[in-house]
Amino acid sequence: MCLSIPARIVTINGTMAEVSAGGAIFKAGLHMIEDAKVGDYILLHAGFAIQKISEKEAAETIKLFEEMNNSMNE
Amino acid sequence: MKYIDEYRNKDLIMKLADQIGKSVRRDYTFMEVCGGHTAAIHRFGIPSLLPGNVKLVSGPGCPVCVTGTDFIDKAIAYSKMDEVIICTFGDLLRVPGSTSSLEKERAAGADIRIVLSGLEALEIARIDSDKKVIFLGIGFETTAPGTAVTIKLAEKNYIKNFFLLSAHKVMPPAMEAIIKEGVNLDGFICPGHVATITGSKAFNFIPEKYNLSSVITGFEPADILQSILMLIQQVNRNTHIVEIQYNRAVNVNGNTVAQRHLSEVFEPCDAQWRGFGVISSSGLRLRRVFERFNIENNIPVQISFQEDNELCICGEILRGLKTPDDCTLFADICIPENPSGACMVSNEGSCNTYYRYRLTK
Ligand code: SF4
Repeated sequence: MCLSIPARIVTINGTMAEVSAGGAIFKAGLHMIEDAKVGDYILLHAGFAIQKISEKEAAETIKLFEEMNNSMNE
Repeated sequence: MKYIDEYRNKDLIMKLADQIGKSVRRDYTFMEVCGGHTAAIHRFGIPSLLPGNVKLVSGPGCPVCVTGTDFIDKAIAYSKMDEVIICTFGDLLRVPGSTSSLEKERAAGADIRIVLSGLEALEIARIDSDKKVIFLGIGFETTAPGTAVTIKLAEKNYIKNFFLLSAHKVMPPAMEAIIKEGVNLDGFICPGHVATITGSKAFNFIPEKYNLSSVITGFEPADILQSILMLIQQVNRNTHIVEIQYNRAVNVNGNTVAQRHLSEVFEPCDAQWRGFGVISSSGLRLRRVFERFNIENNIPVQISFQEDNELCICGEILRGLKTPDDCTLFADICIPENPSGACMVSNEGSCNTYYRYRLTK
């Protein structure tokens, strides 16, 4: 139950959104996040979006991984 | 899903494992406190990628597992009352109470419904307005803000037949209890989703007061391996700080909106943890202004105290002192379909995870 899964906002209707994760659609309360937009990635936990996922940070971590990959290949 | 494949990339995982192998200089023991991490660690076979001198132990971070038998017994007592609907997350159904479980009561006719969120329970209360709807609130800082929002909506929409039985808890006091108990640890794989709400600052006491390393960790294999590497490096450098590996979802201050909901509705209280007993200021109870939603105020119940199954060592497992292999009932008498203890019930419980990924491989 404690799992939170990354999901993408598909539609927003007031404080409720439909989000998609792994091909399924779930309802998510948006009461805890500000400026949610369709297309944003959020963490879905027990029916609520608990945080936006920062694409910038995600991309940077991946870049770090890649750099590490390269430096280790050298 | 975007950003999952990258964190499950096999090459990358092998390289992280290799890097860990090259970095070890001594024995290391790290505790993952979050049940989600325990499950991910075994699901992705992380221990098999680690050198023998890096040991991972599980902690008290499965909300179902730490929920005391008394809570289950209370929920069962309410479920037997007329005109009551119990709404619960599915994981609680099979947790053994002292004489029964919610699942058994449901089979015997009690109106017990599985919901995915407090909002669903609130909707049931709106529809079945002549019944008392009791939502079983369990979970840590990740889950409790959702319950807070639900309570505020119940108030705003004058839903008078919605009630809460709260076993919500907060994580840092339990981590402190573990440290004080003297479990031999070099650092913590800190709970990533709790930290999305609390921010990394909630864990600063770990290095500051106790000189232990901490890395706030995501849930994909590369996240976990990278965090273990960061922990090893901290220990090697003899520096102890809170680092955020899971920075796509966690920052220093956390989700302040969620924190506000939480503190408007709840206040800290002492709480009972399976295996630990009472930990001071580790629970969440409704503030006075919301007290009318507390079912225990409306209908007090008496339950008679009963000892848990004395062979079940869940309590010691949750405190990082033992592993499921040490339990004589494990996999023999105690199995997920018929659990003797709480740690075998939830997907995030140590015994359940061991059973699924270690034995059935
Ligand atoms: S295997 Fe079952 S009885 Fe043994 S500690 Fe785990 S939950 Fe308890």
